[in-house]
Amino acid sequence: MSEQSSPPGVPQASLQLAYPVRGLDFSSAGEAAGRIKRALQQIGVPSAVIRRAAIVAYEAEMNIVIHARQGTLRASISPGRIELIAEDEGPGIADIEQAMQEGFSTAPDHIREMGFGAGMGLSNIKRCSSQMTIVSDVGRGTKVTAILTGW
Amino acid sequence: MVQYFHSVKLDREACKGCTNCIKRCPTEAIRVREGKAVILEERCIDCGECIRICPNHAKSALTDPFTRLGDFAHRIALPAPSFYGQFRPETPPEAFLQALLKIGFDDVYEVPYAAEAVSQAIRRYMEEHRYRRPLISSACPAVVRLLQVRFPELLEQVIPVESPMEVAAYLAKDKASADLGLEKKKIGAFFISPCAAKVTAVKQPVGRAESNVDGAFAMAAVYGEVLKHLGRGSAKRPPRRIRAGGLGIGWGRAGGENVAIGKGSLLAVDGIHSVIAVLEEVEKGRLHDVDYLEAQACIGGCIGGPLAVENPFVARVRMKNLSEQSGQKGFQFSADELANWYDQGLLTMSKKVAARPVMQLDKDLQQAITMTGTLERTVGELPGLDCGSCGSPSCRTLAEDIVRGVAFETDCVFKLRDRVQVLAQEVLELARKVPPAMGQKGPNANQGQGGASGQSPPGAVDGSPSGGQGR
Repeated sequence: MSEQSSPPGVPQASLQLAYPVRGLDFSSAGEAAGRIKRALQQIGVPSAVIRRAAIVAYEAEMNIVIHARQGTLRASISPGRIELIAEDEGPGIADIEQAMQEGFSTAPDHIREMGFGAGMGLSNIKRCSSQMTIVSDVGRGTKVTAILTGW
Repeated sequence: MVQYFHSVKLDREACKGCTNCIKRCPTEAIRVREGKAVILEERCIDCGECIRICPNHAKSALTDPFTRLGDFAHRIALPAPSFYGQFRPETPPEAFLQALLKIGFDDVYEVPYAAEAVSQAIRRYMEEHRYRRPLISSACPAVVRLLQVRFPELLEQVIPVESPMEVAAYLAKDKASADLGLEKKKIGAFFISPCAAKVTAVKQPVGRAESNVDGAFAMAAVYGEVLKHLGRGSAKRPPRRIRAGGLGIGWGRAGGENVAIGKGSLLAVDGIHSVIAVLEEVEKGRLHDVDYLEAQACIGGCIGGPLAVENPFVARVRMKNLSEQSGQKGFQFSADELANWYDQGLLTMSKKVAARPVMQLDKDLQQAITMTGTLERTVGELPGLDCGSCGSPSCRTLAEDIVRGVAFETDCVFKLRDRVQVLAQEVLELARKVPPAMGQKGPNANQGQGGASGQSPPGAVDGSPSGGQGR
């Protein structure tokens, strides 16, 4: 009896990907996002969704590179749903609302001189995802979760 | 029915199966199987990288034979802008264009002239439309095909303006038909091509149902014929006035298209691997400050095409000088003429460029997710040396081929070696075993004696069939 009460239907396939990201490693920045994009292409996710997911993954990865010591970029993919999680050990975000504003950035000058840290990262992530949450602990780290659904 | 036409062909006799090409191919479209390269039709973009890299000249571009000229009553040559960079300064355009009339053509219509109209059309399109930045040039057919295969999400950014070759063919036939009172189908327009990709664009265009061009000749072949006739005797007709200006001729080299457009934040990139790097930047949403992206598969632009003759760096300076001499200001057609062409739709594509979903592992989403998971695991188990000995360009592509069921893990020489080692170990162990009936003391003698007539014969446990099964 108890067996029959378990959820019906075929279990949904899902894929978990995880890539370590090192802070200030600009030479390999973007590689994790690139691998996630390739997996999405192999799965056959619609290209408009891949476009958004690629931007989310890249911006999330760059946030770790620019601001944190190290972190991990994870992707969890199941039919109709992509969850991207960037978790880092870093300074954390004191005022999330302020950080979400376009153009607001705490990136130092030397990062900006490289063309990064324009203060568009989080707002780009938000713009490209269906749902986004940020959990941050000042002095410890940040976890950004972005979900892309409806495909 | 052929799904994909390809100009790039393999000469199986000449191919030694050396794996040079598989590593250079930007779309991972080549494998080595049974000692010969195999081109995966649905992935090949005809960029010609393999033609360039092959040390045995086993790759070539299929072009039309000159006998095709016989199919038409009136034959028009369409020299690409890059053709203008193939000759020494002593041979001005008047001379080499005139020579075309001695090798079987009845007329010449300059593609760089059409390129000037196309430059203006691009400018007008940019002014009149709101678009996601940057717009990507559609002039290089290898780049357009690269987008179809590897960057389908950027296809909507490809500018729907026709290539100078198509525009030239249309205008040439239109004019000849009016001047001579000939039916258009009796007029043949032939492109003098610096590359394989343009040949493919003639045979199987992407932005329109059918090409206006009737055939494509290799620039190198035409060059040879033209050389024979330079400066000898007089042509059928007095030398014509060259209509192409410096801006149109400039299209033949990297950056020339942008110079001709002349307005906005314009980025030029050449060489297919550099093009990929820039497209990845576009994909990440990092190039919103660029309005237009000129992208060419060959290093140096069309003068670097595999069917061009002159060294591309030499050709570049020749083109630059010629462009300067021919003048960079103004166009050879009137504003009304241009507006008329534009409004008639002559300068724009009639068909959307569609994606080629070749990356997808399976049509079923669930299945594709499971397969991608298996692929990721398989990559992790391979040595990661990307040696190419398996015939796939990298460990990752081998993993993909395994998942697709067209390759095996033991195709990897290192994996094969591991398996052979395990097998050899088992053979050795089995060789040491002695059947109890023979009564001799083997390495398992102690165990065996203990339960001499027992139910578990020695070796039954570690003689498990792991070695013999599977592949």
